[in-house]
Amino acid sequence: MINDFIAFSLPPILIASFAALACALPGNFLILRKQALIGDAISHVVLPGIVLAFLVSGSISTVPMLLGAAAASLVAVVLIEVIKYFGRIEAGAAMGVVFTSMFALGVLMLEQSETRNVHLDVEHVLFGNLESLIWLEADGWASLFTVSDLALLPPELFRMIGVFLVIALFILAFWRPLVLMTFDEYYARTLGIPTFLYGLALVVVTALAAVSAFDAVGSIIVIAMILCPPAAARLMTNSLVAQVWISMGIALASSVIGYIAAGHMPLWIGLSYTVSAAGMIATISGIFLGFAALFGQHRSRVT
Amino acid sequence: MLRDALVLSLGYNATLVTLGAAILGCSAGIAGSFLYLRKNALISDAISHATLPGLGLAFMLASSLGFDGRSLIVLLVGAGFSAALGLMAVSWLTHMTRLEKDAAIGAVLSVFFGFGVVVLTIVQNNPSGSQAGLEGFLLGSTAGMLLNESFLILLTSLVAFALLVIFYRPITLVSFDEGYARSIGISVRLVDYLILAVALVVTVIGMKIVGLILIVALLIIPSVSARFWSDKAHRIVILSGIFGALSGYVGSAVSAVSLGLPTGPIIVLCSTAVFVVSFLFAPRRGILSSMIKSLRFEQTLHLAQGLLAIAQEQPIYEAKTLRILKRKGYLRRDSVPTQLGYARAQKTLLNERRWAYWINHHNGTQGPHTHQISTLIDIEQKLTPDQISLIDQGLANAQEGRLA
Repeated sequence: MINDFIAFSLPPILIASFAALACALPGNFLILRKQALIGDAISHVVLPGIVLAFLVSGSISTVPMLLGAAAASLVAVVLIEVIKYFGRIEAGAAMGVVFTSMFALGVLMLEQSETRNVHLDVEHVLFGNLESLIWLEADGWASLFTVSDLALLPPELFRMIGVFLVIALFILAFWRPLVLMTFDEYYARTLGIPTFLYGLALVVVTALAAVSAFDAVGSIIVIAMILCPPAAARLMTNSLVAQVWISMGIALASSVIGYIAAGHMPLWIGLSYTVSAAGMIATISGIFLGFAALFGQHRSRVT
Repeated sequence: MLRDALVLSLGYNATLVTLGAAILGCSAGIAGSFLYLRKNALISDAISHATLPGLGLAFMLASSLGFDGRSLIVLLVGAGFSAALGLMAVSWLTHMTRLEKDAAIGAVLSVFFGFGVVVLTIVQNNPSGSQAGLEGFLLGSTAGMLLNESFLILLTSLVAFALLVIFYRPITLVSFDEGYARSIGISVRLVDYLILAVALVVTVIGMKIVGLILIVALLIIPSVSARFWSDKAHRIVILSGIFGALSGYVGSAVSAVSLGLPTGPIIVLCSTAVFVVSFLFAPRRGILSSMIKSLRFEQTLHLAQGLLAIAQEQPIYEAKTLRILKRKGYLRRDSVPTQLGYARAQKTLLNERRWAYWINHHNGTQGPHTHQISTLIDIEQKLTPDQISLIDQGLANAQEGRLA
């Protein structure tokens, strides 16, 4: 029983948790800077990049796909800025044009290529393949302390831990300018803080989190985790430090509860199958947000 | 082949789909332009993603009651219900909490979609549900569409279109001038609900053709494209409807004749093509004409500065200014002003002095705004001859005063 848990449930839970943490951290700033939908846009625009990478490299390997996704996000950011600046179109609409067009292009490329026979489809990008990230070599608790076994953990886990650490370090290192810029951009500028660069860096780390997470956990978790935990936390506190900590707690709790509710609960109540873990994790984070919106101490607009 | 499809002679079913897509595109374009004018374009993203749980739950409910869960009308009603719930959730989060609207939209779309995926996995794991084909709604599929389904889509698109036509006046009033609409007793809230309701209907029927992820495109792209062609809200609405209809019509015709080209993405990419053309080539707001305009402005500015320098006998160093003055024949090749150049220079200087006097002494509302460059505006075109002679008199008096 416990062996099965360590082999089949622990790795996905850990991967989902680190992905959720990596997304929730920048999300705290994005929801305050009215850039909440960036995660949504990124997770749509990466599709053509991934398909292109697949067509060029001919295999579903991580590095080309990540490069393709990163390139596609970059193209999207440039296109959105061009439309905003030269077309004088407001940000939301410009974003809507770019991400729907690029997603359509991605779907078309996918349907046209031979990739349909391989394990690369739109559902994969949307829902991820959390359930398949297992650790067959695990043999009970002992494996957790055996280096040779640990090395056989799904590589996604190490990638997500790495990305989480990079983002956490970024936010720790630049905490003060990020906070200043988020609450009073003009004041920050008078202090000589290059707000444009920090804003760009924030988008870049969000893209990093989104791109590295979607392959493992799917884009639903990415969008939900950028928004729901920080939004719920924002309704519970006025302090940004507290908001960040609470959001991380909610992200973690959503991942653990969500995975167990999807992967174990159906079996407990006598069903013969499990449901989508990615979907369930997003659902649980939504329930957290719902409770925060109903009972959060600082939920109302006027304080 | 493509011509056959475009003139609707590719069989009854394909014709219905093409017509349905065109009417759907038109309704989506119009509804989308109202959303756009109300600065609410991205709400369509929440509507479309929120349909997913309703699809699955409707299927499960109908199947357990002994009906055919695959019936399109059952699925669409379910989708409509959950999309409406999603809209209410967005509105609740925006109005009752301090979350911004974009955060509310993103949270609702991801959570509803996530829950929808959970429901979908349940449906797929039930023996009755494995054949439900609900995944087809993610990206749309017109292949193998039944005749009565095409009819349903055609009819519902017509209903959405009719709603827009019937309530065109109040909707446009609210979209153009909210304050005025309120003052003549139109309920802005009701009209906003109506716009959202039509967007919802369009989304729900669009799911079958272009899929719930891509229907957002038809609600956003045509209206943004139309924005480049006009500053008048009225024209934006109509153009957006035309662009949407065109994309739906051409897109579904193209995919009908080419096997393997999926309808949804093709329709969306057609509207993207319309957008690109609008963005580049639309008169006045397109970037090509903006670039020409800004080049022209730069030239005028160089010209005015150069002529002022000539009139005040100051040296000109700027190479570009020199080049423009020479090309216009105001300077000789050795940079000595020509007869014509002197005359134009005097005129420019006079214009400049008159404006300075007018702004200092009258500060009238007819003058250029402070951020405009008075040198570039011909005062004789802006003010009456009486006012000009008044200014000239003032200037002459000032001259005498200085001499005395």
